[in-house]
Amino acid sequence: MDIVSATSATYIAASLLFVLSLAGLSKHESAKNGLTYGIVGMAVALLFTVIAVIDANRDSTAGTGSNLAVPLMLVAIAGGAAIGLWRARIVEMTGMPELIAALHSFVGLAAVLIGINGHIEGSHYPLASLNDIHEAEVAIGIFVGAVTFTGSIVANLKLSGRMKSDPLMLPGKNLINLGSLALFAVLTVVYVSGDGGRGHDVVLGALTVLALALGWHLVASIGGGDMPVVVSMLNSYSGWAAAASGFLLGNDLLIVTGALVGSSGAYLSYIMCKAMNRSFISVIAGGFGIAAPAEDRDYGEHREIQADEVADLLAHASSVVITPGYGMAVAQAQYPVAEMTKKLREKGVEVRFGIHPVAGRLPGHMNVLLAEAKVPYDIVLEMDEINDDFPDTDVVLVIGANDTVNPAALEEPGSPIAGMPVLEVWRAKEVIVFKRSMATGYAGVQNPLFFKENTQMLFGDAKDKVNEIVAALG
Amino acid sequence: MRIGIPRESRPGETLVAATAKTATQLAALGYDVVVEAGAGVAADQPDTAFAEAGVQVGSAEDVWGSDVVVKVNAPTDDEVARLRRGATVISLMAPARSPELVERLSAAGVTALAMDAVPRISRAQSMDVLSSMANVAGYRAVIEAAHEFGRLFTGQVTAAGKVPPARVFVVGAGVAGLAAIGAAGSLGAVVRAFDVRPEVAEQVESMGAEFVTVDMEQEVSSDGYAKEMTAEQEAATAAMYDEEARAADIVITTALIPGRPAPLLVTAETVAAMRPGSVVVDMAAANGGNVAATVTDQRVVTDNGVTVLGYTDLAGRLAAQTSQLYGTNVVNLLKLLTPEKDGRLTLDLDDVVQRGITVTRDGETLWPPPPVQVSAAPKAEVAVTAEQEKPKVELTARAKTFLVLGAIAVFGLVNALAPTEDLRRHFTVLMLSIVIGYYVIGKVAHALHTPLMSVTNAISGVVVVGALLQINSEDDTVLVLSTIAVLLASINIFGGFAVTRRMLGMFSKGA
Repeated sequence: MDIVSATSATYIAASLLFVLSLAGLSKHESAKNGLTYGIVGMAVALLFTVIAVIDANRDSTAGTGSNLAVPLMLVAIAGGAAIGLWRARIVEMTGMPELIAALHSFVGLAAVLIGINGHIEGSHYPLASLNDIHEAEVAIGIFVGAVTFTGSIVANLKLSGRMKSDPLMLPGKNLINLGSLALFAVLTVVYVSGDGGRGHDVVLGALTVLALALGWHLVASIGGGDMPVVVSMLNSYSGWAAAASGFLLGNDLLIVTGALVGSSGAYLSYIMCKAMNRSFISVIAGGFGIAAPAEDRDYGEHREIQADEVADLLAHASSVVITPGYGMAVAQAQYPVAEMTKKLREKGVEVRFGIHPVAGRLPGHMNVLLAEAKVPYDIVLEMDEINDDFPDTDVVLVIGANDTVNPAALEEPGSPIAGMPVLEVWRAKEVIVFKRSMATGYAGVQNPLFFKENTQMLFGDAKDKVNEIVAALG
Repeated sequence: MRIGIPRESRPGETLVAATAKTATQLAALGYDVVVEAGAGVAADQPDTAFAEAGVQVGSAEDVWGSDVVVKVNAPTDDEVARLRRGATVISLMAPARSPELVERLSAAGVTALAMDAVPRISRAQSMDVLSSMANVAGYRAVIEAAHEFGRLFTGQVTAAGKVPPARVFVVGAGVAGLAAIGAAGSLGAVVRAFDVRPEVAEQVESMGAEFVTVDMEQEVSSDGYAKEMTAEQEAATAAMYDEEARAADIVITTALIPGRPAPLLVTAETVAAMRPGSVVVDMAAANGGNVAATVTDQRVVTDNGVTVLGYTDLAGRLAAQTSQLYGTNVVNLLKLLTPEKDGRLTLDLDDVVQRGITVTRDGETLWPPPPVQVSAAPKAEVAVTAEQEKPKVELTARAKTFLVLGAIAVFGLVNALAPTEDLRRHFTVLMLSIVIGYYVIGKVAHALHTPLMSVTNAISGVVVVGALLQINSEDDTVLVLSTIAVLLASINIFGGFAVTRRMLGMFSKGA
């Protein structure tokens, strides 16, 4: 058994461990085991690759590699580990979506770099006639990587609020996307049929720029409200980028892992699209950030309520459902909400949480925040589990959610969110909506819920207001 | 358009269809409102109150000559005759039980809207006068019973001895029944309740009463109203009524079946077996009563000292409150009928609520409306949606099969064309991995979406291997680029796993 065969064996083991990891992460009971499998798989793959690299570097007969390679490699890994662990430790749970989007961009960029290296290094195929295949692999690898890279950067900027979350509406954006794909195909053919030299580099450079621009445009034309699906989609893209690199390098581990991540990410996005009643195709095409038609309708008067009255209402309720949204994350209100929940439960009030599949900016975002604040997960229910219970609920607290509780989705066929399943909070006896102002949600649609007879508005910062309620509960 | 609020002609009626407050709200919808002098006196709404609110107080002629007449009780023959042809009249009408009234309204060429025919769907709840009135009546039933009952409702231990709590049995857990349960409970009584619809048990329990069960198969109601039972169900239920009523101090019955006389639930024998001093309030008295001893509108004391109240004006006994609620229901209805808020009443018969209440339109009889299914019918609804979705599902299933077969064919073709064995192997690995990736997360728990995504993200950092394989290069550019790639991928790997670990550490069960 030499180093090479040992490394191959490790790759098979790592592939299996990654499969187990994903399977484990699908259930609460096995989630932690799943994580361990993933870490072990990654550790062995990384360790044996490093050993193989060091071995090859030393091997004088092969005569490859600069003396700097090994130290640089070790420094890069150590540096990456330090940065990664540091970011992971300090990130606020509310900032999780941005972090994950940023991490996706790294995979994308790494894939681009690997592709460029592949271009510089030349083919790994023994026959010169197979060079074309190598070149096609380089082009595809760079393309997927670059789209992932810029797409993730835009997602990150939008999520962190450093870029406007409104969808970018370039005229003929579908044509732009399709045109880019066609142009990519043309450039690939030109690149593959080219024979090296200066022109060859230029073609690849143009292809890279095109892919970067496409990635940017794809995500920029999707509104901030649909970011959960986008992040999940980018996750899938980053997998495909890794798989493309695997083809380039003839490495099965990369192909297996990339395909695993790619297909599971795509499926996850598909689940979410179904939850939002969106077409999966239009998400991939980046074209579903459709602006709401301007409407000037009088929805009537809304009613206001004060925090102490809410506390009174809650204390006398027998069942309460809390439906949080992104606003809770923004206001960092999960801790006071958890405390309020605890107090109410001590008073014998049945408190449950109703989570819309796309609440927040990531799938499961709300669950993570509530878990962070130590809300027991067995009272945190999904939309389908709780929707039938609203008619028997005394009070619903809508904390920073808007589109996910909008009755227009069911009642107004012309609404931009028509047909999206929503939490039917308005069927409860009383609905309290925590909100900063009467502004619309991410979808830009007015919410008739605010004007319902049984709805009262509690204006102000969600965290302050929940704290006031906690104080009033005594 | 002008809305007229007449004085109710029924003897002893205390209610009025608008209070000063709701009349102003009607005016805000763009209508001219005129109230007949003295209309609201019995409901604590003197003419001065209307005048102060800026509402015109006028004569009966002014009122009956209006475009829209809103009242509480169904219009009498005389009143129908006073309506202008083409006018609209809105009131309680019980159109199902009064075909002759429907005929007369039709003959008079008017549009008649029945407040008591509002379908029981969520959107129409704000106009549901039956709920409003039943709510008040249920409360009042308990107050009347407490007034007749010679003892306290609350159980107490005093220096003068122990007082047992009153035992209240409520039959029918509709709005009235639930209101009665709530009122009796807050007075301190021990409350038990029964309803033939098993699905309301939870509502009964939520009001603090105990739900009495009969060991029988029971049907889930499909229209929100109770149905009459089969013979054997009836026998078992009758035995339960007898037992519960004997044990109770107060019995409040609210059982009604739409369009039929009220079912007789408490027999003369049962009443005869109740303790002296017990009180029975029969809220179904207007429709014949649920109790054998009931005399409509009368207080009867049986030979064994049981008081049976057959009042039909329980809601009217709280005239100010009921008028206010009725008036608000009317305002909500007119909001629906006046979408432009321009004081022009428009009737949209495509809307289920508006269709449901329309008895006649300009003399054309539109009663009865097509039935409306309400949300309290889980089974029926599921069946309906399943039927609708079926063809679509079949279609996509077939399309899916073709899609899968097509994809496999393409894959086979690609593989056959692949020039090297290596490439073929890579394609095979790719395809198998895609399938595994799809199935392996098939049933992911929703809460785990984020951890799953962050772990897959960390795993996709495996591109580090690719970068490492390139690092042994002669070319300095490649060396630098792959070093950067290794750095980036490492951030991804370590950051991704660490973040996932942090998240998973937070999920806890139980407090």
